[in-house]
Amino acid sequence: MKPCYLGIDIGSISTKGVILDENNEIIRSLYIWTEGNPIEAVRNLLDGLKDDLPDCYEIKGIGTTGSARKLIGLMVDANIVKNEITAHAIGTLSTYPDVHTILEIGGQDSKIILLENGIITDYSMNTLCAAGTGSFLSSQAKRLGIPIEEFGSMALESQNPVKIAARCTVFAESDLIHKAQLGYEKKDIVAGLCKSIVLNYLNNVGKGKKIKGPIVFQGGVSKNKGVVKYFEEVLGEKVIVDPNSHLMGAIGIAILAHNNAVGKTYQLNIRDISFETKGMECNRCSNHCELLKIYKDQKLVDSWGSKCGKF
Amino acid sequence: MSKKTISFPHMGNYSIPVEYLLHHIVDANILIAPKISSRTIELGTKYSPEFVCTPFKYTLGTFIEALDMKADILIQAGGGCRYGYYSELQNQILEDLGYQFTYINLISQGKTDICKIYREFKKIDSHFHIIKALYYLFVTSKMVKYMDHVDDYIRMNIGFEIKKDSFIHANQLMLEDFKKAKGFFHLRHMYLKHFRKIKKIPIEKPSNCFKIGVIGELYTLMEPFANYDLEMILAKYGIEVKRYTNAHYLLFEKKKEVKKYLKYAREYIQYRMGADAADNIGRTKYLCTHDYDGIIHIKSSFCTPEIGAMPIINKICNQYDVPVLFFSFDANTSKVGIETRLEAFYDMIEMRRKK
Repeated sequence: MKPCYLGIDIGSISTKGVILDENNEIIRSLYIWTEGNPIEAVRNLLDGLKDDLPDCYEIKGIGTTGSARKLIGLMVDANIVKNEITAHAIGTLSTYPDVHTILEIGGQDSKIILLENGIITDYSMNTLCAAGTGSFLSSQAKRLGIPIEEFGSMALESQNPVKIAARCTVFAESDLIHKAQLGYEKKDIVAGLCKSIVLNYLNNVGKGKKIKGPIVFQGGVSKNKGVVKYFEEVLGEKVIVDPNSHLMGAIGIAILAHNNAVGKTYQLNIRDISFETKGMECNRCSNHCELLKIYKDQKLVDSWGSKCGKF
Repeated sequence: MSKKTISFPHMGNYSIPVEYLLHHIVDANILIAPKISSRTIELGTKYSPEFVCTPFKYTLGTFIEALDMKADILIQAGGGCRYGYYSELQNQILEDLGYQFTYINLISQGKTDICKIYREFKKIDSHFHIIKALYYLFVTSKMVKYMDHVDDYIRMNIGFEIKKDSFIHANQLMLEDFKKAKGFFHLRHMYLKHFRKIKKIPIEKPSNCFKIGVIGELYTLMEPFANYDLEMILAKYGIEVKRYTNAHYLLFEKKKEVKKYLKYAREYIQYRMGADAADNIGRTKYLCTHDYDGIIHIKSSFCTPEIGAMPIINKICNQYDVPVLFFSFDANTSKVGIETRLEAFYDMIEMRRKK
């Protein structure tokens, strides 16, 4: 049996899984929608991965990252649970060892990671709002009646993108409606949106950061050719988009799971294990903590959200 | 005439010295408002202007809670930023809400009017005696100094304690004893006794542990609820934390120190920018040149002096190649987001060290 390592990246919009062999080469990968239910998404993900994994492999390590990393880490009994910043950096370094800047735009957050000689030297993450993230793009695509997959290529057709107030989603949306009602062409509006994402990102997350090449762009939005084009235009530098750019977080966490393997063999049959969460509000003191209790096979395995540590 | 009830805002553990002082100088009931909780901030947010800085919301929430518990005198101070307008605005908001109370503003328009405060206290308690008040003011100032001194030691070592919570527990015992201090010598005796004990708490501290300096806006730094227990999270990673801002610094050292900072960091800043901005810029330079692994700058949202200081801090950190992490806390910041960023920050300084 050959060892392999599973990395799961559970984002707000999509759930990504990769299985790497000992040389950190991808054996299997899968990308599915989270649809607001990370537990079910991971069940589907593991089912999909398990089905076409050759029999000669056994899983020797599991890592989880992304916004639901803690929950899923408990569910699959992961040997490493790490934040997405580190995971993305490690994943990207495995393909581009000399990368200097990682731009990442996901469903709900965006981040920038600066590296020097393979070491993270600086990073930042969007704080307050979702302007300039994937969810904003996809909701606007829906409003304009364009499938999100065609969004990027449509933007490329435009010669003069309209200017859209990019500071905030609410303003951007009303500005977009306004421009549409004025009769601007759809492709120009789409291009304007892509450009607004870039400007918003650079003014918000990228503020005060020294962006130098090689630049790697990843996260779901990196699949959008329009956004890539405007990044290159504004930064005046080539922006690399890896074919696996959407999987980088999962690859990174799988590598970390490999490096931190504990010698245990994992099964992917979590379909049979019941996994439930119960939310409640504790009324014992004025803090009114929102508690989340997690049951695995009807047994309480953890509870979160308590400020006093009683639970 | 029945006894009046005095209350005041919370900040960290400083309610203990304030209570001590008031208890000894005026004959009135002292009401310690409930500790800051989600209810406090909900109340504060509800009645505050939306874009006011967060300490305003916390203190207003505390005042409402205190008034609901029948407080009739509220004490507030002021400072060199928007804090200077807190009193006037809070007084107006609370009056509009229909509460009956007296509002004592210790610092109005940047100045402390001792005669006015004397008259106010004389109104509360006709036996108010200025000499006695000055004596207890002195004892209280020493209490604050001792508390801060012990806190500094704890911050440097709490991440390395062998038995969980032993520092917090020992500190609490000390604070309980401080409440009973009969005078200065008694207080000093208890301080020395407890500090000796705290120093004896066993720790396992590697000589090359990670060191982080935490700077920023004062209230967010000093009230753990407002910074989502940032220092405790750092302690869990086994990091030594250095924090300059504490009550003793603000009350007694700032005047002198800020001049030093301006001189020390004169290539970055020539004049004071309000509140602690100049201090933080000076500290950044110090931390960058003294082997610190990173700097965390925290502030409440919309804190104008710190917003002004941030680009300069960023520049200094870039020059010295020291990582810096900025946090802006609001009433509804998600704790998960903070933990993610701190974890990544820790990973980063760990990777840098390995190099």
